[in-house]
Parts: sequence; structure tokens; C-alpha cells
Amino acid sequence: MAGIASLCCPSSAAAHLVMTGMGPVYDGIGHLLLTPEDLVAALSLALYAGLRGPISGRRTMFLLPFAWLIGGIAGLAVNALPTFPVSAVSFLVTGGLVAADFYMPVSAVMVLGIVFGFAHGFLNGVALNEGAGILGLLGIMIMLFILTAFAAALVVSLNKPWARIAVRVSGSWTFAIGLLMLGWFIREAK
Amino acid sequence: MRCIRSSTGPSIVFVMALSLPWSSPALAHVEQGQAAGFLIGLQHPWSGFDHVLAMIAVGLWGAQLGAPAMWLLPVTFPMVMAFGGMLGLMGVKLPGIEIGIALSAVMLGVMVLAEARPKLMLAASLVSFFAVFHGHAHGTELPPGQNGLLYSMGFVIATGFLHGLGILLGLLHRWPAGKLALRSAGAFIAVMGVTFLWGALK
Repeated sequence: MAGIASLCCPSSAAAHLVMTGMGPVYDGIGHLLLTPEDLVAALSLALYAGLRGPISGRRTMFLLPFAWLIGGIAGLAVNALPTFPVSAVSFLVTGGLVAADFYMPVSAVMVLGIVFGFAHGFLNGVALNEGAGILGLLGIMIMLFILTAFAAALVVSLNKPWARIAVRVSGSWTFAIGLLMLGWFIREAK
Repeated sequence: MRCIRSSTGPSIVFVMALSLPWSSPALAHVEQGQAAGFLIGLQHPWSGFDHVLAMIAVGLWGAQLGAPAMWLLPVTFPMVMAFGGMLGLMGVKLPGIEIGIALSAVMLGVMVLAEARPKLMLAASLVSFFAVFHGHAHGTELPPGQNGLLYSMGFVIATGFLHGLGILLGLLHRWPAGKLALRSAGAFIAVMGVTFLWGALK
């Protein structure tokens, strides 16, 4: 009887994401996973760090998310999008390095990770300015750490030559996508 | 029964994988352009028989040549093809595109037919030269209103899978009958290339 009576004055359950949202940290996690400009580029850098060995992979795993966070905070503060095609250049650089399996000392890989992380983080910061904000950046950082750790560790563990070649093939694809993105960018700019 | 199950499972997966390039977008969500961009990019390399044959021929020839050419050619082709695509997107004119594409099928078909074994750099240069024509054609044919990144991703992935298909078929080269089959495939590709060339010159 009480149950039937309560039906007369129900309130919304708000149990689903459309109503409640996922929260800013999960928004950040979703942002990284659903933004191929960042996801593919970050994975490509992680693959390269893995190709350069375990030390390089480990340091990138910590440095990249940290630089991304710093860049994101700067993006939140500045809130101005650069006209430079950051994603296309990231794809070209990281894809080219993976495809060529180009040797670089660990320190140079670190510098690359810092510059790359800062640039992408800055773009994310600008994008999240009116949304998830700093907590969103934290979500991105967490997801980035996990992805970088998995991707770099996977490559470090590869022993068979064909498996490393498969990684290099993925680099050539990333490089090719970067070239096409650059073409799109120039066409749009005309 | 278990035997039947174990043999049909991979077949179903194979048929499903083959059907992916021809799948149409579900368009179930609001951002239609995103999904369509990737799927249209994925379908585009399969849409022209001349492109399909040339890209499979690259894989076949690479497999005939063995390592490292087997990997170098499919790594080189998408990169140079994307360069051609970039030129096409930028509006840079390149004369004789259709002739170049037709000639690529003829030349690559002949290479597979003859089991030609030039030096690695020469083979890579030949493949790279023709890749520019294929890329340029794709670059100028890009439909408007697509998501540039997702379209490019689909396009490059599909190209890579075509090369992979060629390499996979090229593994037949291990057996004498397979060698003959590959050379026959090369002859078929070359003949088709001549018909494309005939069409381009008309």
C-alpha cells in the first residue's frame, strides 16, 4: 500500500550518465580515449620509447603525463588555440621515428616526451577550459600513464624480429596519417 | 562435431573481416561525420580495382623478394602514397595520374610475373614512384565534409591491409605450385594494367 502510494510522488532516479554525467576525472579519461589526435600520437611516442629500451620507456611513462599536465595547466590559463598543426607534426615526428627505428639517446627521448606532452597538454587545457578543467586534466594524466606504461612495456618485451617490424609498420602508418593531416591543414588554411 | 566447430570458427571470423571494408555506417549517434569519415576512408582504397591490384601486387612482390623487402616495400608505399595524397590535397597538379596508376599495375604485375629481383633500393624506388600517383589520386578525390584525421586513418589502415593481404597471398611462394600461382597472379595484374592503360589513353 505504501509502495503504491509512493508512486504518486516519484522523483527521478538520475541513474544514467545522460542525467548525472561521469564527473570531470572520467570526462578527462574519456577525452583522451576518444580523441585520436592525442591517443594515436601518445601511443606512437610510447612505442618509440619502448623501441629505445626499458630505461627510455620507464622515464617516458612518468615524464609524458607530467609534461602533459603542466601543458594543460598552461592551456587552462592562456585559453588561446595555436594555429600550428600540432597533431600533424606529432604524427609525423613520432611515426617517422618509429618507422625508421631511429636511434636517439635516452636524454633526447626525454626532451621529445616533454615537448610533445606539453604541446598536446596545452591543447587539451584549452579544450577543457569550459568543461572538466583541472580534474579533467588529472583524468587524462592517469589514462596517459596507463597507456604509456602498457605500450612501452609491450614493445620492450618483443623479442621476435617480425614483431618489432610490425611496430615499425604501425609507425609508417602514423607518419602517413600525419602527412595527410598536414595536407588537410594546408588545404583548410588556403 | 568439435572438429566442425573448430573449422567453421576461423572461417566465420575471416568472412566477417572481409565484409568490414564494405560495411555501411550505422549512423546511430549524433556526430555522424566522425564515423562516416573513418568508414569512407576505410572503403576508399577498395573502391578502385586499379588501386586494389597495385597494392596487392606490392605485397606479392615483397613476399617473393623475401626479407627485408617484404617489410620495406609495404612500409615505404603508404608513406610515399600519403605524400602524394598531401600534394593532391594541397591542389598541386600532377600530369598523367591515370596513366601512372595504370602503369603501376603493369610494372608491378610484370615484376611479380618475372619474379624480378632488383636491388632493394631500386625496388623501393620503383614502388615509391608509383605510390605518388596512387596517393595523389586519392588526395584529389577526397569527398568534402569528412573528418580529416579519421578519414586519413581509415584510408591508411585499409591500404595497409591490402598490402598485408598481398603478403599473406605471397606466402604461397614457399611451394612450387604457389610460385606458379603467384606468377599467374602477376600476369593477371599486368594484363589488367594494360586494360587500365588503354582506358587512360583513350
